[in-house]
Amino acid sequence: MPVRGSRGGTYLDQQTLVAAGAPAPGSFEGNGRGSHLLGGQRAAAVSTVSTVVFIGGVIALFVFAPGAAAVRHTFFNPQQMKQAFLGDPSKGLYSVGKGLILNIEMFLIAEVLILFFALVIAVLRQLRNPVLFPFRMLAVVYTDVFRGVPLIIVIYGIGFGAPALYIRGVSTQSDFVYGIVALVLSYSAYVAEVYRAGINSVHQSQVAAARSLGLSQWKSLRFVVLPQAVRTVIPPLLNDFISLQKDTALVSTLGAVIEANRAAQIDSSTLFVYSSYTVAALLFLCLTIPLARFTDRLIARDVSRRMAGGATVR
Amino acid sequence: MSEADATGGFGGAARGDASLSGNPALVGQEAVRLEGVHKSFGVLEILRGIDLSVAPHEVICLIGASGSGKSTLLRCVNLLEPVNRGRILLWGQDVTAPGVDENAVRRHIGIVFQSFNLFPHMTVLRNITLGPIRVLGVPRDQAEEAGRALLVRFGLSDKRDDYPDRLSGGQQQRVAIVRALAMRPGIMLLDEVTSALDPELVSEVLGVIRELADAGMTMLIATHEMGFARDIADRVCFLDEGVILEQGPPRQVFTAPVNSRTQQFLRRIVDAGRL
Ligand SMILES: Nc1ncnc2c1ncn2[C@@H]1O[C@H](COP(=O)(O)OP(=O)(O)OP(=O)(O)O)[C@@H](O)[C@H]1O
Ligand SMILES: [Mg+2]
Repeated sequence: MPVRGSRGGTYLDQQTLVAAGAPAPGSFEGNGRGSHLLGGQRAAAVSTVSTVVFIGGVIALFVFAPGAAAVRHTFFNPQQMKQAFLGDPSKGLYSVGKGLILNIEMFLIAEVLILFFALVIAVLRQLRNPVLFPFRMLAVVYTDVFRGVPLIIVIYGIGFGAPALYIRGVSTQSDFVYGIVALVLSYSAYVAEVYRAGINSVHQSQVAAARSLGLSQWKSLRFVVLPQAVRTVIPPLLNDFISLQKDTALVSTLGAVIEANRAAQIDSSTLFVYSSYTVAALLFLCLTIPLARFTDRLIARDVSRRMAGGATVR
Repeated sequence: MSEADATGGFGGAARGDASLSGNPALVGQEAVRLEGVHKSFGVLEILRGIDLSVAPHEVICLIGASGSGKSTLLRCVNLLEPVNRGRILLWGQDVTAPGVDENAVRRHIGIVFQSFNLFPHMTVLRNITLGPIRVLGVPRDQAEEAGRALLVRFGLSDKRDDYPDRLSGGQQQRVAIVRALAMRPGIMLLDEVTSALDPELVSEVLGVIRELADAGMTMLIATHEMGFARDIADRVCFLDEGVILEQGPPRQVFTAPVNSRTQQFLRRIVDAGRL
């Protein structure tokens, strides 16, 4: 991590100078600007050196570790990586690239459904209408349960449980559908809580102002509270979606297990090409890193806007 | 007390004589009447039996120390706080009775808060048309036209498309007043509308309130601005520990208070140079 800003610079400055046997910290207060400039350069140099050393260490570990050659052979085999990326139907190999497109489709469909269901749940938990009491209880139980159960168990539960029920229309869906259902069930519970935090962050005086105009509880929520809440929770929501993007990969375990059952007649060594995991990991990073940077930018914008608007009473 | 007739209740019959309020103030009938109103928060009793009646077009100022219950009283009238005991009547109708539609009641009462509470995600025009459109069901173009006219009237027409955080405190508070007026309320409740403002912005807001009083708006005003209260009020009520200790025309209350606690309160105000 590069050290930025004058304070960081000065701090590092003192550390390094003291370590090098320089005079006590108080004595270079008089240096003023000069010491700051020096601190900036020095910080940059230090961070560069430390980065090089760190990366070098990792590479060395990779090259000189006892099992390094075997790892390179299994996980970074260029031939296999290429094959994994393109697929080889004649050998029964799926293309990781194609699989990823499937994942993106799943992600996009799941995301829309999650945004909707989570909002419904969050709103249900907020409305105080006594008629809605059973739904409110249901929403509470639902969020408690699905935030507690690991996603992989939900995926197995739906993916293997639903077909086992032999219900028309339910038990005959594809893994694609089961996967989406599992993702939506699991993630809606988290996202509902994010929404709820957003709703609670809207000050009570806003509700009072809305209600005093004669807006019903629902209309106050709809026109005054939710628009403000959604704005605040966009960055944390994006964060959850980065995590959703990569968790779609877990759905493929449904396929893998089914494949494994069939594996008797196929040579299992061709089925498990570990380099394909590396390819998949790299492709996932290509998707999630831009999303992560985008989230960072939104957060930064939000922070600066809050600083600017901080002086006014809301 | 006789019941208000069907259209005079919360049906919203328009009244011709005041251009700002569109509500059923029947001649000779009280606009607001509080009978033995009690309000507690937990074990803390804030209002301990408030009796007060407000005539149509009357302007009443509530004065009293911080914590005496002025805000609570106003919030009770607007049904933002449920009362524990007693009744509140608006144009003769008991609005604290069970089964009353509180949204229908609030439509006829405008309230303005100390901290403005404008909706930060809406432009000024949206802020003031939200109620008419979503509550009264006025078509958008009509609501916007009425909103624009109100903004012109209160010198805010150039702020129409700005978001609240671009406005000065005084402008924000004037918008908040206009937002309440856009519902054509029969009565306005103002809760220390100037105390969050810088001193130089106070007068523009007080000017607006004065204009409302001249237009015949019925108002219940909680305020620390004693000079303003003396100018504008038809009647001043001194609230102390949850009861109205003394009330009367401002001249009487401010110059010849009868109750010793009122005297004490006013002496402190005068010593602080605020009267
Ligand atoms: N929601 C609440 N829960 C608990 N106590 C409350 C609540 N609202 C008000 N109070 C208490 O009620 C008392 C009266 O408050 P209120 O705001 O009505 O006073 P006020 O006369 O308006 O004072 P100020 O001049 O400072 O605005 C205060 O002691 C306050 O702490
Ligand atoms: Mg108050």
